[in-house]
Amino acid sequence: MMDRRSFLKKLLSALALSGGALGGFLRGVPAWGQAKEEPAGKLWGFGVSVDKCIGCARCVVACKTENNVPKEPFFYRTWVERYMIPRTGEAVVTNIHTGLAPEEEIPSRPIFRSFFVPKLCNQCAHPPCVQVCPVGATFSTDDGVVLVNDKTCIGCRYCIQACPYGARYLHPATDTADKCTFCYHRLDRELLPACVEVCPTQARVIGDLNSPASPMTRFKRMNKIFVLKPNLNTEPKVLYANIDGEVR
Amino acid sequence: MKKPLQNMPESALRLVTVFAVFIVGTIVVVKFVIPPRFKDTKIQWADTVKTEVAKPVRYAGAVACTECHDEIVAEKKRGYHRDLSCETCHGPAMAHTEDPDNIKPSAPRDRKFCPVCHTFNPSRPRGFPMINPVAHNPMQACFTCHNPHDPKPPTVPRECSACHGEIARTLSVSHHVQLKCTTCHDVPSRHRVSPRVVKPTKPSSRDFCGKCHGQESPYKGSPKIDLATHGEKYVCWQCHYPHLPEAE
Amino acid sequence: MNPAMLEKLREILPHITGYIYPNEIEVHWGLLIVVYPYITGIVAGAFILASLVKVFNVKEVQPLYRLALLTALAFLLVAPLSLVSHLGHPFRAYEIFLTPQTSSAMAMFGFVYAWYLMVVLLVEIWFDYRKDMIVWGQEEKGVMKHVHRVLSLFSKDTSEEALRFDNRALKVITIIGIPSAFLLHGYVGFIFGSIKANPWWSSVLMPIVFLFSAIVSGIALVILLYMFIYPMMGGKIDMKCVDKGMSFLFYAVIVDFSLEFVDFIHRIYQSEEEIKILGELVMNKIFFSLVIVQVLMGMLFPLGILSAIKIFRRFRESEELRKMLYFVSLILIQGGIFATRWNVVIGGQMFSKSFRGLTTYKMEFGGIEGLLYTLALLALPLVILAVFLKVLPPWKEFAKAPRETEA
Repeated sequence: MMDRRSFLKKLLSALALSGGALGGFLRGVPAWGQAKEEPAGKLWGFGVSVDKCIGCARCVVACKTENNVPKEPFFYRTWVERYMIPRTGEAVVTNIHTGLAPEEEIPSRPIFRSFFVPKLCNQCAHPPCVQVCPVGATFSTDDGVVLVNDKTCIGCRYCIQACPYGARYLHPATDTADKCTFCYHRLDRELLPACVEVCPTQARVIGDLNSPASPMTRFKRMNKIFVLKPNLNTEPKVLYANIDGEVR
Repeated sequence: MKKPLQNMPESALRLVTVFAVFIVGTIVVVKFVIPPRFKDTKIQWADTVKTEVAKPVRYAGAVACTECHDEIVAEKKRGYHRDLSCETCHGPAMAHTEDPDNIKPSAPRDRKFCPVCHTFNPSRPRGFPMINPVAHNPMQACFTCHNPHDPKPPTVPRECSACHGEIARTLSVSHHVQLKCTTCHDVPSRHRVSPRVVKPTKPSSRDFCGKCHGQESPYKGSPKIDLATHGEKYVCWQCHYPHLPEAE
Repeated sequence: MNPAMLEKLREILPHITGYIYPNEIEVHWGLLIVVYPYITGIVAGAFILASLVKVFNVKEVQPLYRLALLTALAFLLVAPLSLVSHLGHPFRAYEIFLTPQTSSAMAMFGFVYAWYLMVVLLVEIWFDYRKDMIVWGQEEKGVMKHVHRVLSLFSKDTSEEALRFDNRALKVITIIGIPSAFLLHGYVGFIFGSIKANPWWSSVLMPIVFLFSAIVSGIALVILLYMFIYPMMGGKIDMKCVDKGMSFLFYAVIVDFSLEFVDFIHRIYQSEEEIKILGELVMNKIFFSLVIVQVLMGMLFPLGILSAIKIFRRFRESEELRKMLYFVSLILIQGGIFATRWNVVIGGQMFSKSFRGLTTYKMEFGGIEGLLYTLALLALPLVILAVFLKVLPPWKEFAKAPRETEA
């Protein structure tokens, strides 16, 4: 009897141990290749109030100017989408152009709802782009911004394929991947990112998610929050308020 | 160690030697010849953060403008454009802050710029001031009537359509086109000054619509229903859009 | 900035349907990345065919053994070329060895590749040819004598014991080699299958589908090369060997087809968010390459031919007819597998991750991403193989006879 009991005990403890080890391993897996986050420091987050956006695209222009993004309409760190949801059928989505001419209306069908949605890099907490980069040229900083090292990026474009949000492009001048950095150089000088700076309706907000009092804390308290493609478990740090379910 | 080496035929030994030389050579080169900054991503990432932070700033930020242009800033603070950043209209001004005399930021004075935000666009949020640039005082520069730093209209608009363009458009093709807005809405006079704080009323009872559409109504030419049985517990506008009542 | 590239992107603009994210206009992985899995597939497949002889003792396909190994090596040498030339910064490719990220499937490429090339293929070929190289090194004159002596690492031991060791080593390496070949191509599938952002790629079955299509293409290519080269060198095709090889190919195609069919059914049945745009993709953009070339011509038609040969006696009796039918199905299968790679790589980038629209891919002719370069890349392994056949003749029966024909 004693023998059997001790055997069972051993077996159980061994099972528990191996289970624990496996669990620990699995927990470790998604964290590979990411810089560690220090809880005390800053953690940048971004808020977008969809119902404040007027689709003027000043943010896109400012971003392109501030960050040397090519002016051609194929390269964007941030862009604005216009949604028109008709009574029946598919939503009509367009990318707002950055010129001064007003947007053309497409009223071919009766439109039920319509709105603008600014898009940018979501600075995911589990960034797929960082996970797939073969040479570690893209990484999360301690304050939660995903940056690209254009000195070691080999231009394989795996990160562009891995980004679910289409937020990355290959910069035609440097042949390296490029993306929104929350204007990291401006944050360092205590300036707002260019897009937040010029937004005429305060549809864009930036702040420290760790701070008990920051524009982002207020944004999170005052709004119903949604993130894009939550099913992919990327845990974006760009939060959307009052967004429509049609937005992908 | 020695025995297996002796047992191994001369041929295999040669192969092992080649491999050993190759592997040892690789290890030596990687360990001792290549400097750490080529193989340590930690160093590379720290460098990237440094170069990222050192990137030039183009937009100076609204705070910088207050240092010299305090009069304009004070004027702007009172008006609807109080939350608007100077650089939204005047463009990137970092160069101007560094050399204020020789580099001047642009000031858009023609009719192209203001309509970027203020042209009627049904996707824009309700209540945002929008005009039809073709009909709205054609050929005149915006600033002849509106001071961009305090852009209240020269006269408070009499027509609701000045701001509620989308409703006006919908209404114009509906059977209710003949009705005045005030038939259904009580508009407090303060609504013209603080449109978002003081809002017009909406009809709240079934009897209100019943005045025209109830069976006992004296009005002719309007569709009649039996208030007691039709729609029961719903208020009329929960199913019928009063600005376009013929839509189901 | 490159004005030609901008011009190209501008030309694509009118072909976009629906809405795509603005950064998605450019198809980032072009023809070169189509070629890459195709070539590594051939490597893995050819090695699996070779291991049939050593591990599973399939005596009939012995004539294919050395040819398969040399083919695998020739294609393996070219495989990284297509990857490196596609990079934005080809000269930074070494970084993949200096700062490999363990979380990246692509970073493991260097190591899987090095392992496969150095430990598996080269060693197996060396042990297999060692005795022959010693003999050649003694008998020959001129440059070839020295080439063979260097290649044999100046080893001279042809004793019974040494040869027995060679054989044992071969067996061990082949046994290591099979999972390695699986790894090499399974991981290529994983590069695509692990991208959760892309529903056309993201599938657990992807590595396995890649593996079996690799086996199909490898076996098919080696048999095709055998049917070409052997008669050219003056031999008579060993139909027993070809029959056996084709029979293995037949089963591999069936497994490959079933796997892809399961994947297809699974997607349609689950019918998730992306099913609509994937349907549009298949019907509008890759119908020809997927349905016609890959499935009908690359799988069902060859399967029909091969089944007919198995069923009807008439085919079994006429060698000439069989040869011709084999030849046709081998070509079709190659085309089908190339289309498979095309549909995965290009197809996966033609729909927007917003699932609202499609872009298009315009193949270039010249330039690094162009058709010409790709054709050169595909021809290069054949040139390398020709050199190998000269230096390391796979068939003993011609080894001593003077060779006039170009391999």
